[in-house]
Amino acid sequence: MKKISPAEYGRMARRASPASALGPNCLWAFFTGGSICLVGEVLSILWRSAGLEEETAALAVSASLIFLSALFTALGWYQKLARRAGAGTLVPITGFANAVVSPAIEFKCEGLVTGVAAKMFVIAGPVIVYGILASEVYGLLLWLSSLL
Amino acid sequence: MEYCKKGDTLFFPRPPVAAFYAAVGGKKEGEGPLHDCFDRLFEDNSLGEDTWEKSESALQRRCVETLLQKAKLTLDQLDFLLAGDLQNQCTASGYTLRGLDVPFVGLYGACSTMTEGLGLAAALVAGGMARRAAALASSHFCAAERQFRGPLEYGGKRTPTAQWTVTGAGSVLVTPEGNGPFIRAVTFGRVRDYQITDISNMGAAMAPAAAETILRYLADSGTKPEQFDAIYTGDLGQVGSRLLAQLLEREGVVLPNHRDCGLMIYSPDQDVQAGGSGCGCSASVLAGLVLPELRKGRQRRVLFLSTGALMSQTTFLQGESIPGVAHLVELSATPKEEWK
Amino acid sequence: MNYFWAFVVGGGLCVVGQLLIDLTAMTPARVLVGYVTAGVALSALGLYGPLVDFAGAGATVPLLGFGHLLAQGMAEAVAQDGLAGVLTGGFSAAAGGVAASLTAGFAAALLARSKDQN
Repeated sequence: MKKISPAEYGRMARRASPASALGPNCLWAFFTGGSICLVGEVLSILWRSAGLEEETAALAVSASLIFLSALFTALGWYQKLARRAGAGTLVPITGFANAVVSPAIEFKCEGLVTGVAAKMFVIAGPVIVYGILASEVYGLLLWLSSLL
Repeated sequence: MEYCKKGDTLFFPRPPVAAFYAAVGGKKEGEGPLHDCFDRLFEDNSLGEDTWEKSESALQRRCVETLLQKAKLTLDQLDFLLAGDLQNQCTASGYTLRGLDVPFVGLYGACSTMTEGLGLAAALVAGGMARRAAALASSHFCAAERQFRGPLEYGGKRTPTAQWTVTGAGSVLVTPEGNGPFIRAVTFGRVRDYQITDISNMGAAMAPAAAETILRYLADSGTKPEQFDAIYTGDLGQVGSRLLAQLLEREGVVLPNHRDCGLMIYSPDQDVQAGGSGCGCSASVLAGLVLPELRKGRQRRVLFLSTGALMSQTTFLQGESIPGVAHLVELSATPKEEWK
Repeated sequence: MNYFWAFVVGGGLCVVGQLLIDLTAMTPARVLVGYVTAGVALSALGLYGPLVDFAGAGATVPLLGFGHLLAQGMAEAVAQDGLAGVLTGGFSAAAGGVAASLTAGFAAALLARSKDQN
């Protein structure tokens, strides 16, 4: 075969590859993501009207959404929705829960310790690692500034 | 002994015969346009097993059983079974063969395994080393997904260049004599890597290897693409097929009769993005469609390639690009010349 | 109006994620890491708090809100315990969400099994 540079082939490959349907993708993401947040807002008002204080209510909302996401994931619905909704199901906390629940279910056949527990944070782990690290950087800066 | 290799291609003076063949598939394959081509279809992709890895082995076992039934043979009449799949360490095949008492040649060529196995079986038979050698390859969507991508329950959107791993298997029994179809020549491919790193764009990674093998075969045999009723590729999909045409066009070669198994096995409305992939894709289309067409005389002479992407999850995460390989067999309805 | 802005802001934050995936070839895992880190940064800069007041769940449910939660927890812990707070603040704030996910994950693993997506 005649010489072709990887860079040139890369350009050919990009031209030959269909682009993502940006418009529909964004609409799906907007309406699904918006709806999940709307559910969060409704839950927040429900929990507060049930007598929970602001901070506890916030935790109750997160926990309810996480529980619902786990339920939908176990029933096989969350991933069906996500196939269309893209970031709409990824970015909300329900996406985080799905990322924890799905490997737990998937790797059950590899044991409760080495499968479920070891693989549970295989996708969501990085979120916790970098979230905590970022907050530590912020905390250090706060502490240093308090010394001045 | 007569030396039959010219360039990279083995030409068989007495072409071995692909005497019997069997194709099995899963649910989505049964809903696709090749529904009638499969010998057996399974509505439940678990095949009653409790892990997806076992399901793939069950798929292979059913495929071999069907092959032996069609050939009216028992297992002990097989000289070799050459088999491969996509699982790490080729476990689907190893675990299938622990239940089938026959000499086992395990192969890994990623999605190129079917043609690799068929070519080797043909060489064994043509060289007088075997009277009955069977080649087998399989893939299973769920086993591949959890190994290469992520949990099946994990929600995500597939990119338009992604391909859908076929749940299926194909097997072919090769013998020295018979009524055909005949395996006239084999070209084992060279590895080509043009620095594609996107694991969701396998077609692009494999197209250069397919182009290379086709060009080498055409040069070694002195033939032209028009002399074949069809030139099949394994699982280049939409993107890889386009790139193959463009790469060959640069060489002044046009394939008027190119068909890709990955584009044949599903219809576009089955939500499979750029088409099917996996060892089972080319294996089941070969055994379910291509060989029967030659047997019936609807096609006289074809080239069949399987293309494989030779990366692993580890090399992908280490940022390595994806090497591709493509193996080719020339198949015909008659053992001797019948040039167009 | 609370409902409306929760929907619009939440949806909008998801669209940003979708654009990152489609236009920059960022993998979903990187988008999530980016969101939580950005949430910490925006909260530290004092920008995210007002958005939460405005959009409620529209700002707290997306993963940026998780970052905001971490930053808030950190600020409280450092104010209370000084340097020791740097080590406890993040996880204390994240504890509820992470423990809920972990528990739900374990329960789901016991009850459900891997399903074919064909």
